[in-house]
Amino acid sequence: MSRPDVTLMSALMSPVGRKVLTGVTGIGLVVFVIVHMIGNLSYLLPDPQAYNAYAHKLMSWGWLLYTMEIGLALCFLLHAIVGISIQVRRRKARPTGYKAYKSAGSPSRSGYSARSMILTGIILLGFLILHLNSFKFGPGEAEGYTAILQSGEEVRDLRRLMTEKFQEPLYAFGYPVVMILLGMHMRHGVWSALQSLGMMSRRLSPYLYTFAAVLGALVAIGFLVVPLYIYFSA
Amino acid sequence: MAKNMTINLRIWRQKGPEVPGKLVDYTVSNASEHMSFLELLDVLNEQLIASGGDPVEFDSDCREGICGSCGVMVAGIAHGPQQLTAVCQLHMRSFKDGDTITVEPFRARAFPIIRDLVVDRSAFDRIITAHGYVSVKTGSAPDANAIPISKDAAEEAMDFAACIGCGACVAACPNGSASLFTAAKIAHLALLPQGQVEASRRVVAMVDQMEAEGFGDCSNYAECEAVCPKGISVAGIASMRRAYMKGVFSK
Ligand code: HEM
Ligand code: FES
Repeated sequence: MSRPDVTLMSALMSPVGRKVLTGVTGIGLVVFVIVHMIGNLSYLLPDPQAYNAYAHKLMSWGWLLYTMEIGLALCFLLHAIVGISIQVRRRKARPTGYKAYKSAGSPSRSGYSARSMILTGIILLGFLILHLNSFKFGPGEAEGYTAILQSGEEVRDLRRLMTEKFQEPLYAFGYPVVMILLGMHMRHGVWSALQSLGMMSRRLSPYLYTFAAVLGALVAIGFLVVPLYIYFSA
Repeated sequence: MAKNMTINLRIWRQKGPEVPGKLVDYTVSNASEHMSFLELLDVLNEQLIASGGDPVEFDSDCREGICGSCGVMVAGIAHGPQQLTAVCQLHMRSFKDGDTITVEPFRARAFPIIRDLVVDRSAFDRIITAHGYVSVKTGSAPDANAIPISKDAAEEAMDFAACIGCGACVAACPNGSASLFTAAKIAHLALLPQGQVEASRRVVAMVDQMEAEGFGDCSNYAECEAVCPKGISVAGIASMRRAYMKGVFSK
């Protein structure tokens, strides 16, 4: 008896493959989010042009940046499609729910963050669209948002755009709320992705579960300090 | 002296697979704190039979936590609030006099209800039939210790082999996934040299069957581990995923 036939496609569509997909794309998104968060913190550097210089540097990567952006867009798309399809399948797998149901407690990992993955995920997707619209596709040099770097180069003045946006209370407080939801998504997500990719063992599990919480909290804090700083220092 | 308890039960009653069911209230006023939960249901059934009613159907056999026949949702938790035991080992001293306890069958599309609290778990048998075994040639038994196995591997394999196939993992999983059950067998055999020969065909065949039975996906909630009467670790699910990824790229 030999192994049943599998193609790469059928393997990716299998229950294990679907988790590998959410895990790999999820980790891709985590890496992106961490880099983005560190980039944003350059707003707080003493050099007022540090943020614009960083953004300009990224733009100067040209096709490399576009390739990365396409990869990122694919990650978001695949991640959202597979994540949502897992939730759709769960209804099919248990058409009649329980009248009484509760978690049995530790070692269960099914806390608030885990149970709200689909909710925080869909909010993140909505947020992503609004966010791209405000910043990436927001006003640029053509609209007069121009800054001059120390090197004399004229670049897009993203710092001014950020400063203006985060003086509006809706942005200054809405962003931090979404970033806390992102932190929650990562709290379960980072642990879950490592488990999905088979990197977990009984010995490692408690450490990685704590690591996921710390990473989620750090990313949320790293993101939310900038809008709050701008709002309160204005 | 055993304390006498009054227990109120809200039990799912359903006459057959296709008919609608509902929760029905009962009271058992002569329960003992030393009874197991299944003995409480026995006392209730005596009461129902004496008054000409239909007894509540439920599965059980060994009543000592080894056969995996029993299994119901007690107060919203598979096998009840006490961890690391099957419902046959859950004693009424875990409850308070006057408590109201909801009792429901394990629910999943792949576990159709037969009657009341009895569900058809033959989907599990089909997952095992798919390749949850090691093929052996008949003949004389091999020498003991002919194949050396380290103590750690033997111990860990034994922990995964402890699965009694009760279905609590599916029942407790918010997604109705059978990953822990399927993974326990894969992880058990993957740790032993005898199991490694057929590792890739085993994992692919069993995962395919799990999918075909209509179980849900695993979201790594680990709720299964929390209700497992044998405490089987979700590390087994990670091991199943490693075996699958390896299996896809080998014959
Ligand atoms: C585009 C919007 C997003 C949606 C709709 C979404 C949705 C989901 C859902 C539903 C899950 C759970 C999958 C399951 O139940 O097994 C999940 C897991 C995950 N998400 Fe997201 N998410 C989004 C964005 C993000 C972002 C921005 C990150 C990175 C910070 C991220 C990281 C993760 C990780 C690491 C996992 C764990 C993957 C696994 O379980 O293997 N997600 N996501
Ligand atoms: S009756 Fe055998 S495990 Fe409960």
